[in-house]
Amino acid sequence: MKTVAKADIRRMQHASKATPPAAEPVMRVEGLTKSFGGLTAVARVDLIVNAGEAHAVIGPNGAGKSTLVNLLTGHLKPSAGRILFGGRDIAGLPAHKVARLGIGRSYQKTNVFAPLTVWENVWLTGQTALPHAMRFLRPAHTHKAVRERVEEALELVGLTDRAHTPAAAMSHGEQRQLELAMVLATKPRFLALDEPMAGMGPEESEKVVDLLLELRKTYPVLLVEHDMDAVFSIAHTLTVMVNGRVLESGPVEQVRESKAVQDAYLGDGDEDY
Amino acid sequence: MTPAAPLTASTAWQAPSRFALLLLALAAVLAFYPLYGEALFPGQHDYFLQKLTAIMILAMLAMSLDLLVGIGGMVSLGHAAFFGLGGYALALFGPEYEAANLWTTLPMTLGAVGLAALVIGALSIRTGGIYFIMITLAFGQMFYYVFNDADFAGGSDGTYIYVRPAVEVFGLKLVDLGDAVTFFYVVFAAMMGTYVFLRVLLASPFGKVLRGIGINPQRVRGVGYNPDAYKLVAFVIGAMLAGLAGYLSAAQFGFVNPSMMSWHHSGTVLVMVILGGLGTLHGAILGAFALEILHAVIEARTEHWLLVLGGLIIVMVLTLPKGIAGLLERLTSPRANRARTGHEDRGES
Ligand SMILES: Nc1ncnc2c1ncn2[C@@H]1O[C@H](COP(=O)(O)OP(=O)(O)O)[C@@H](O)[C@H]1O
Ligand SMILES: [Mg+2]
Repeated sequence: MKTVAKADIRRMQHASKATPPAAEPVMRVEGLTKSFGGLTAVARVDLIVNAGEAHAVIGPNGAGKSTLVNLLTGHLKPSAGRILFGGRDIAGLPAHKVARLGIGRSYQKTNVFAPLTVWENVWLTGQTALPHAMRFLRPAHTHKAVRERVEEALELVGLTDRAHTPAAAMSHGEQRQLELAMVLATKPRFLALDEPMAGMGPEESEKVVDLLLELRKTYPVLLVEHDMDAVFSIAHTLTVMVNGRVLESGPVEQVRESKAVQDAYLGDGDEDY
Repeated sequence: MTPAAPLTASTAWQAPSRFALLLLALAAVLAFYPLYGEALFPGQHDYFLQKLTAIMILAMLAMSLDLLVGIGGMVSLGHAAFFGLGGYALALFGPEYEAANLWTTLPMTLGAVGLAALVIGALSIRTGGIYFIMITLAFGQMFYYVFNDADFAGGSDGTYIYVRPAVEVFGLKLVDLGDAVTFFYVVFAAMMGTYVFLRVLLASPFGKVLRGIGINPQRVRGVGYNPDAYKLVAFVIGAMLAGLAGYLSAAQFGFVNPSMMSWHHSGTVLVMVILGGLGTLHGAILGAFALEILHAVIEARTEHWLLVLGGLIIVMVLTLPKGIAGLLERLTSPRANRARTGHEDRGES
C-alpha cells in the first residue's frame, strides 16, 4: 500500500454538515442488548465515540464484538437499547438506511463480490454517490462523481494497479484491502471496522495500520481488532468486552492499567486468545 | 489533486472479440434466412420460417428470465404466467373478428402484465431461494387454473385470435403482420431490441446493483441499497418483456391456451437459460435455439425423444458449467487461459 496523502483522505471525508456539535458524541450507545434465544451476545453495552476519535473494541472470541458492529450498522436488530448517531436513534433501522446515514462498515469475514473485478466491486459501493440507483438507461460509467470516488478509494488502499483483476483471483490480504476501499468509496461519516487486519501478514498489517492512522484524523472510527500493538497505536479510547458485557471502557492508558482488565484479560503475554 | 491514472478500459473502444463476431455472424445467418431458406429447404421453408419465428419469441422469453435468474439471482418457476398473460391480453383486449390495434393493445398488455407482476413480486420478492421458487410456482399455477376454468377465455381449450394485430398510422397500414416474412422480421427486431435494451439496462447504475444483488444481496444492502426494491423493479421489467413475447406468440399462432402459462413451460425456459449460460443474455438466445432445434431433430428420429433429449441436457449441463455461451467463448478465445479473466468483464461492461 502506498503512503497515504492527507489530501486524499480529506477528499474522502464527507462534507461536514452533519457533524454534531463538539459536545455531543458522534455515536452514543446506551444499554444495547442482543439475545439469540437464550444467549445474550451483547448485554447492556454503553459506548461513546467522539468526533476525531478512534475507539477500539477488544475482547476474546465470542465476546460479542462482531454482534456489536452488526447492531450498530443495522445488520441485526437490537433486543433493547439505543444507538444515537448524530443525535438520532437509529436502533432497528434496516442496514441500507443506516449505510445511507453514513455509517460505513467492513466485515470480519471478507465479503467482496468474488466474480466481479476490483473496479466493479468498488464501483458498486461508490455508486452510493447517487441518491439511488433507479437509473436505467444512462451507462453507469458516465457518472463522473462515482468514478472519482472509485479512483480515490483504490488509490488510498493502493489497489489502483489491480483494478481489473477479479476479486476472486486476489490474495487474502488484497481482498482485505479491497474491503476497505469498498467502505471508503461510500464516503461514510463514521467507520466501523471489524478486524480489518484479520488473516493478514505482518507487512500488510503494517500498511493497514498506517492507513488507519491517517483515516482516524478525519473519520470517527470504531475498530474491532485483535492485534494489541495495532490497537495501542491507533486507538484513543478502548472498550474491553467479555461475554457480551463491557468490562472496562475509557482512554487507552487508563483501561490498560485497570486492575480488572489486567487480571481478566490483558495479563502477562496473554495475547494468544 | 490530479486524478489517479485513468482506468478507462471499460469505456475505451475495443476491437470486438472473436466471440462477439461469432454471435454477430449467427445473427446474420438468422436474419437472412428468409432470403436463402427457399433454396436450402424447398418444401419446408414456410415451416422453418414459422419455427424460427417461434424460437425467437422463446428467446425473448428466455432473456427476460435470465434477467431475473442469471442477473438478479431470482429463480422463478412462474415466469411463463406472464408470457401467457401477454397472450391472453391480446386475445381479450382485441376485437373478436377484426384486427386489434397494436398501438392500443400492446401498451394495455404490457400495463396489465406489469401490474400483475407488481402484485406477485411484492408478495414474493422478500422470500429468498427455495421459497421464492415455491411462491412463483404457486402463483404461476394459480394463473394457469384461473384461465383453465375461465369461460370468458375459452377455458382449457383456450381462445382464438382470428386476425393478427394491425400496425397503422392514421389508417395507413405500416407493416402487414399477416405476412409470414414480415412477421419474422418484426419478431427478429423485437428480439434484438430486447437484447439491446437489457444490455443497456445492465450497464446502468440499476444493472450494476442488480448484478451485485444476484451475487450477494446482504452485502448490497450493507452498502445502502434496498435489494427488495431493485429486485421488484427487475421482476416487473422481466415480466413485461415476457408479456411482450407472449403477445407476439399469440399474434403468430392466432391462438392462446392455458398451457402457455404452465410450470412446464416455465421449467423449459429455465432449462434454455441454464443451458445457454446464465447471466449472459446471449446465452439465453443460444439456449432457446439449441433446445428447440435439438428437440425438433430428436423428435423426428425417435419415439423416445424425451428420454434422449433429457439425457443430452443432463450431459450438457454437467460438462458445460458456463453453458453454450461459455463454450463458444472458450473456443473462440485466442488463448484458452484468457477465457477465465479478461473476457468475462468485457461482456458485462
Ligand atoms: N446470528 C447468530 N445467531 C446465534 N448466535 C450468534 C449469532 N451471531 C453471533 N452469535 C453468538 O454470539 C456470541 C458473540 O459472537 P460474536 O459477536 O461473533 O463475537 P466476537 O466477534 O467478539 O468474536 C457468540 O457466542 C456467537 O456464537
Ligand atoms: Mg468477531
